[in-house]
Amino acid sequence: MATAAVDQADQRQSPLSDAVVVRFAGDSGDGMQLTGGQFTLSSALAGNDFATFPDFPAEIRAPQGTLFGVSAFQINFGSSAIDTAGDAPDVLVAMNPAALKTNVPSLKQGGLIIADEGEFNDRNLAKAKYEANPLEDGSLAKWQLLKLNISQLTMDAVKPFGLGNKEALRCKNMWTLGLSLWMFDRDRQPLIDWLNAKFAKDPNLAAANVAALNAGHAYGETAELAGPLKQHHVDPAPVAPGLYRTLTGAEGIALGLVAGAQLAKLPMFFGGYPITPASAILHHLSRLKEYDVTTFQAEDEIAAICSAIGASYAGSLGVTSSSGPGIALKGEAMGLAIMTELPLVIVNSQRGGPSTGLPTKTEQSDLYQAVYGRNGDAPMPVIAARSPGDAFECAIEAVRIAVQYMTPVMLLTDGYIANAAEPWAVPDLTTYDAFPVEFLTAVPEGGFKPYGRDENLKRPWVKPGTPGLLHRIGGIEKELDTGHINYAPDNHQAMTDIRKDKIDGIKVPDQVVELGAEGGKLAVVGWGSTFGPIHQAVRRKRAEGADVSHVHIRHIWPMPANLGELLKSYDKVIVPEMNTGQLKTVLRDQYLVDAKPVNKVSGQPFTIAEIEAAIEGALA
Amino acid sequence: MNEMTTIARTTTLKDWETDQEVRWCPGCGDYAILKAVQRTMPEIGTAPENTVFISGIGCSSRFPYYMETYGFHTIHGRAPAFATGLKLANPNLDVWIVTGDGDGLSIGGNHTMHLIRRNLDCQIMLFNNEIYGLTKGQYSPTSRVGTTSPSTPYGSVDRPAQPAAFALGAGARFVARGFDVSKELPNVLKAAHAHKGAAFIEIFQNCIVYNKDVFEDFAAPKGAEDRQLWLKQGEPMLYAKGTKGIALDVDALNLKTVDVVDGDWQAAGVIVHDVTNRSVAHMLVEMRFGEFPMALGVLYDDPRPTFEADVVRQNKAAAEGKKADLQGLLKKGQTWTVAEGGPEL
Repeated sequence: MATAAVDQADQRQSPLSDAVVVRFAGDSGDGMQLTGGQFTLSSALAGNDFATFPDFPAEIRAPQGTLFGVSAFQINFGSSAIDTAGDAPDVLVAMNPAALKTNVPSLKQGGLIIADEGEFNDRNLAKAKYEANPLEDGSLAKWQLLKLNISQLTMDAVKPFGLGNKEALRCKNMWTLGLSLWMFDRDRQPLIDWLNAKFAKDPNLAAANVAALNAGHAYGETAELAGPLKQHHVDPAPVAPGLYRTLTGAEGIALGLVAGAQLAKLPMFFGGYPITPASAILHHLSRLKEYDVTTFQAEDEIAAICSAIGASYAGSLGVTSSSGPGIALKGEAMGLAIMTELPLVIVNSQRGGPSTGLPTKTEQSDLYQAVYGRNGDAPMPVIAARSPGDAFECAIEAVRIAVQYMTPVMLLTDGYIANAAEPWAVPDLTTYDAFPVEFLTAVPEGGFKPYGRDENLKRPWVKPGTPGLLHRIGGIEKELDTGHINYAPDNHQAMTDIRKDKIDGIKVPDQVVELGAEGGKLAVVGWGSTFGPIHQAVRRKRAEGADVSHVHIRHIWPMPANLGELLKSYDKVIVPEMNTGQLKTVLRDQYLVDAKPVNKVSGQPFTIAEIEAAIEGALA
Repeated sequence: MNEMTTIARTTTLKDWETDQEVRWCPGCGDYAILKAVQRTMPEIGTAPENTVFISGIGCSSRFPYYMETYGFHTIHGRAPAFATGLKLANPNLDVWIVTGDGDGLSIGGNHTMHLIRRNLDCQIMLFNNEIYGLTKGQYSPTSRVGTTSPSTPYGSVDRPAQPAAFALGAGARFVARGFDVSKELPNVLKAAHAHKGAAFIEIFQNCIVYNKDVFEDFAAPKGAEDRQLWLKQGEPMLYAKGTKGIALDVDALNLKTVDVVDGDWQAAGVIVHDVTNRSVAHMLVEMRFGEFPMALGVLYDDPRPTFEADVVRQNKAAAEGKKADLQGLLKKGQTWTVAEGGPEL
């Protein structure tokens, strides 16, 4: 169990091990995401493996000091492989009472709280609904508490620069970052360089921020002897040699789509509409004009997908992206892309639902929507990314299937993957096989059939503008081969069968076992962003001798040909999902396996401990 | 229209007809519009393979199946969005949107508005029959108050949208009107095609099954000259064989009808039609039939840069001097190298 270690008597001396979880929590305006992001970079430069979890409110500028305005950033870094952002933090930096209140329950017993006591005034305590000051009343006794007046210390540090009160206090996050850098024995210089570059237009402000950073760092050095603060060095993780960078899921998808379009030798057209947490993909792509990418911010979600289909019809790779509510709006157009058999990639960055739900929180509850959510018999391939780096690979795979089978493809990611960052070994693009598209440009032998098919049941792709191949397409049922309107019973049966057979026949790689063996007592079957906690939990349980394996499905639809046999080779199958059991239902339906659900829909990722408990329960 | 697609090409009406059986009701006004379009295309001199007809859903939206061009019969109300993607992906295509009052102003009103405000280079033919025909006769957003229909057995109570006023309000740079059996329709279509940018054409269309002869008050051949004002660039706004005209009512800041005596329209203060006058265009699209004749022809035509041209220009400028080096892009930003035996900066 992850919590076992803290029960040991000596944990107060050194709660930290070779992997450390730190959570920065503060007001929306305190710059916690920035602090977390820069700390992440410093972890990367220190050679640690890491995973992050930004957790922020849906409100852009929530009222100051409120519980719902708390923004947090968690990072797990270590000297061995890191799969998740960590269960319980070892260190919590709380910039105000609300941040403490909302985050302290998850802090590891014996963990360290660093609180800015300057913010624990009556007003802020009342806003956080504290009746007494928790820093004073002993209610935090099971943790180590370090009270610092970070506000005052920051003000003192930046005094020489003559900033206004408000501006001076905005340097608090750099003071905190400075202290954190000291705690984990990190080099300050890259951060100083970054600050100087960021505030290049205002050297005084840059100097003030650097001073705050240095002051925080110096504070650590001088305070070490007295309080609970200890410096802790985390060795670099043993990772494969090569060039690395940090990558978020949104970056992974954007870059993967560009790579996919290049491998297909197609220009890309991206139609999008602003929605959290999918907008970042539109933002990334809109800066990549030199890669033959056209981005279009449409008037709504429907226009976004329709414009992408229009571009595919013209011979570009049409791509659209959204989150659950927007995907719902796109449903009818997906049906048209299926009917007209045009390539299209639809990215769904899933978030908590239904309806508006939890816009900034993560969930995996759109699997039914992806696989089944259209009118009529409307089969469509579905792929799910497990991590930011995997999102790059999945985006390429989605493009490949879309153009090789002339079909829309749904690529599932989620809010967690979209925002989280991980170290990514930069791939060598020359190792990827190209799949250049061949348009039909002249009447083939035997005549032109707009709905004629190749061995993959793919129909030809003809660009408007091509002489001799004029034809009409649309959403009304097509006649076999000719594509003319046809309502005949036999024809509809035949066309429905073809559309199904085409998707069923898509060649996807066989399912591998991520960890463990084929066959055995228990398989933990996951998909998407639950990869990290499942992988770590299975690893730990196997280390304890348990017979458990991890199977992680990328191809949700159609599923790998060997998956049914593989699942049947285990006595038991459990399926952890951040929904009420959607993949579980599909597995049961497809293979008649007694897959048991393990569900969590709190808007937060699974913890490793939760998966471990589920494994124990299944093996008991 | 655009330079690429106006390469002279000799075609005949036959070249624009498909082998598909036309499936509108016998006597439907759509037949006349289809013929007018097929007759116009050879005169425009564009090539069928560079022409795309895009439609939504409704009776009018079957149109692409009957044109020997590229064609896309899409989903209800969304044709403008498909057209936008198509035209951005290939600005050289000559794009025609076929829509109706329900398709283009009700379910797809939003897209129509944005297509027009963006000024995508295309022709938008909105067939207005003031009724939902394909779903068997419900009242539409352009139906007059009191229209009885299966869904309004006691008469509709909501006021109708005015397509031309809607288009102009959305920022249209070309607004025209015609009707199905009018001999002038090909000229209106040609003018629309000649306009570079979004060209909006309201075509009154007679639904002989569900809203028969609803436009007879102005479209009937008998007395047409008294009820139709055909606008011509540079010519005075005269009708009723030149005995009446449209003048400016300066006090009301509106238009008024005036009698023209002995052909002296200048003395009567009749306005000379200037297609680039946006203020007058606003008055023309609001001109109520009955009190006034129906304003037909090109009401407004004043082009400005098109959406796709601006997008292409910006994309080019943004890409200027940059290499499409994806491998380089992947390596961009904060990176670090892990050497054999540990990381280094």
